[in-house]
Amino acid sequence: MARKNMVAMILAGGQGSRLGLMTKKMAKPAVSFGGKYRIIDFALSNCSNSGIDTVGILTQYRPQELNSHIGIGTPWDLDRVHGGVALLPPYMSEAGGDWYKGTANAVYQNLNFLDHYNPSYVLMLSGDHIYKMDYRKMLEAHIKAQADATIAVIDVPLNEASRFGIMNTDETGRIVEFEEKPKQPKSTLASMGIYIFTYDKLRDYLIRDAEDPNSSYDFGKNIIPTMLNHNEKLIAYRFEGYWKDVGTVQSFWEANMDLLHPDNEVNLFQSNWKMYTQTASRPSQYIGKNAVIKDSMISEGCVVLGEVNHSIIFPGVTISENARVVDSIVFPNCVIRENVIVNKSILLDNVRVEPNNVIGNGEDVVVIEDHKVLESSGLTE
Amino acid sequence: MIKDYMAIINLDENESDIRSLTANRPIASIPVGSRYRVIDFMLSNIVNCGITNVGIFTKSNSRSLIDHIGTGKPWDLNRKIDGLFMFNHALSEFVNTDSKLLKNNMEYMFRSKSQNVILTSSYMVCNMDLRAVVKAHEASGCDMTVVYTKCKDASENFINCYTLDVDEKTSRVKAVGKNIGYEDEANICMEVFLMKKEKLVNFMYKSANRTTGGSFYSMIFDEIENMTMNAYEFKGYVSCINTVSSYYKTNKEMLDLEVSNELFRSDRPVFTKIKDEPPTLYVEGCHVSNSLIADGCKIMGTVKDSLLGRYVDVEEGAVVEDCIILQNIRIHKGAKLSHVIIDKNVDIEQNTELKGNSVFPLVIEKRNMFK
Repeated sequence: MARKNMVAMILAGGQGSRLGLMTKKMAKPAVSFGGKYRIIDFALSNCSNSGIDTVGILTQYRPQELNSHIGIGTPWDLDRVHGGVALLPPYMSEAGGDWYKGTANAVYQNLNFLDHYNPSYVLMLSGDHIYKMDYRKMLEAHIKAQADATIAVIDVPLNEASRFGIMNTDETGRIVEFEEKPKQPKSTLASMGIYIFTYDKLRDYLIRDAEDPNSSYDFGKNIIPTMLNHNEKLIAYRFEGYWKDVGTVQSFWEANMDLLHPDNEVNLFQSNWKMYTQTASRPSQYIGKNAVIKDSMISEGCVVLGEVNHSIIFPGVTISENARVVDSIVFPNCVIRENVIVNKSILLDNVRVEPNNVIGNGEDVVVIEDHKVLESSGLTE
Repeated sequence: MIKDYMAIINLDENESDIRSLTANRPIASIPVGSRYRVIDFMLSNIVNCGITNVGIFTKSNSRSLIDHIGTGKPWDLNRKIDGLFMFNHALSEFVNTDSKLLKNNMEYMFRSKSQNVILTSSYMVCNMDLRAVVKAHEASGCDMTVVYTKCKDASENFINCYTLDVDEKTSRVKAVGKNIGYEDEANICMEVFLMKKEKLVNFMYKSANRTTGGSFYSMIFDEIENMTMNAYEFKGYVSCINTVSSYYKTNKEMLDLEVSNELFRSDRPVFTKIKDEPPTLYVEGCHVSNSLIADGCKIMGTVKDSLLGRYVDVEEGAVVEDCIILQNIRIHKGAKLSHVIIDKNVDIEQNTELKGNSVFPLVIEKRNMFK
């Protein structure tokens, strides 16, 4: 079989515990986003649009939702004869089995997968970021610089730089120092958690790292600093555009709301860089006679008879007469009955809100657990 | 039980009264219901009853249909065992006289393991439980079952469809006619036939030998004396898309929640090709009421009592009323449209005013993407 030029590995095993109820039953990459997608669709669609046809997805925390979403990768055109998508959970071997102990360890345990394709380069991605990026351009930069590793960086405001892994570079773009969450940042170039490694180098360092009992087996904490210490050539690849780590309920809500600006940077309408996802068969959305819709995104299978203002409505949602949904995100198959007000809330899948309820007060974002039934309050009866 | 059935969709359908929408395609692939194609309904009925072997006999001009159906994946018909079979010739008597084509079609018939066939057309839009029809057919013990609907507006709809004279007591078909729009009440044949495979094969040979004109169905009905034909009444919503006005009417009826709840049931969904469009964006200042809207639209203007297909942009100040807008259309600022059917890929320029009426909707034909 032909050698693959570049294989992508997506880290999708983390819980993302700061998303609270959203990640109670699924890993963060499987969380719904943007009116019909899941967070991991962005990384997967970027791969597909960048011409990458072999993708390993490292799973660990509650993979069931993620597994059924990915399937054999058809929506992303990743159901391939040689290559395609592979779900890579931890496994038993003759010497026993281990959970993935860190990001680097997860890839180390799957060196057999990488060796099978024997790629020239490996693209490391995180399955929980919202952005669009052509990885081919990053690979070009990597090859041109004859680098051993290339790290995508984004310029962040100085006052936020201490929340990120910061790259200090020389004038040629070569990374001279890496600081994880520095108190006094020397630069504003934050790592986006996107790396391209020359595979032979990566392989060596992963094996060495695995032998070190004091390592925390992490790309940011161990692999990158060790490579720098050994004078390997690491370069920073500057990315300009929208990139968001939806780590908290607040930032998740904001990133969704960003999509409602008609000229937002994510631009889901870009026809030459489509976002792909698993789609169920549903009819078109029906907007009723007295419906009022402003500044919102609504998906297939919805029936909207009430008011939707500055909100994102996922497929199969019913919003009844005289219901008002404002500044909210409503996941698939929710039912919002008459005279309900939903204000700055996130309703997870299959929530049912009976008549005359009020959810949210417009201050902190309220999250309602999936399949919850909120009985009629009877306040106005 | 249903394992022993295969299905054949015969697309030898009369297009003479719907020419403006069939210049580039058969009736089967006319977009309908904002995001479907006509054939999606019958094809979904077939797969929803558990049939996994479907042959589609198309006429010429089938590029759009083949593009839509592809490998049959959306209908779960991309199978190793059975699945979807496309034939580029309908069961019309004209092509079946070609012995090579007939041989090809026969080979398919013989290779299928199913002993029974459901033969249908595509243009009867409905959500039908074919399991129930199979059950009734087998209970009847008849050679053949044909499905019909009792209609009260036959003077306006189902024009040129077959009508059945049904014996109310025995449910047997006594005689067959055609709906010329003279009376309001009629038993309209829905062109869904159940029979043994060998019976259909027999008809196919006969049809090839025949020298007189007429459709394949008329030949079946000519044999009515020589077999027992059971009539099954379908009581749900059905509409026949064979004229521009029936096309317009069918679309508009889907705005009725009662009709759409019947057509689009979660236990028997209607499947269609996936296009990966984003959710529809409703921009501040838009007014939308009583409309069916597909994903991928951007709405800044006014949309009322209309159906919008995928990727339709309605700019500020544009007004769309009582319209059927198909896929990939841009309606620029200030345009005013009323009772218009706009076929794919059309740009409506700024401040254009177009007006039809509900009996004679104005049709703007499809534009090719290339120059």
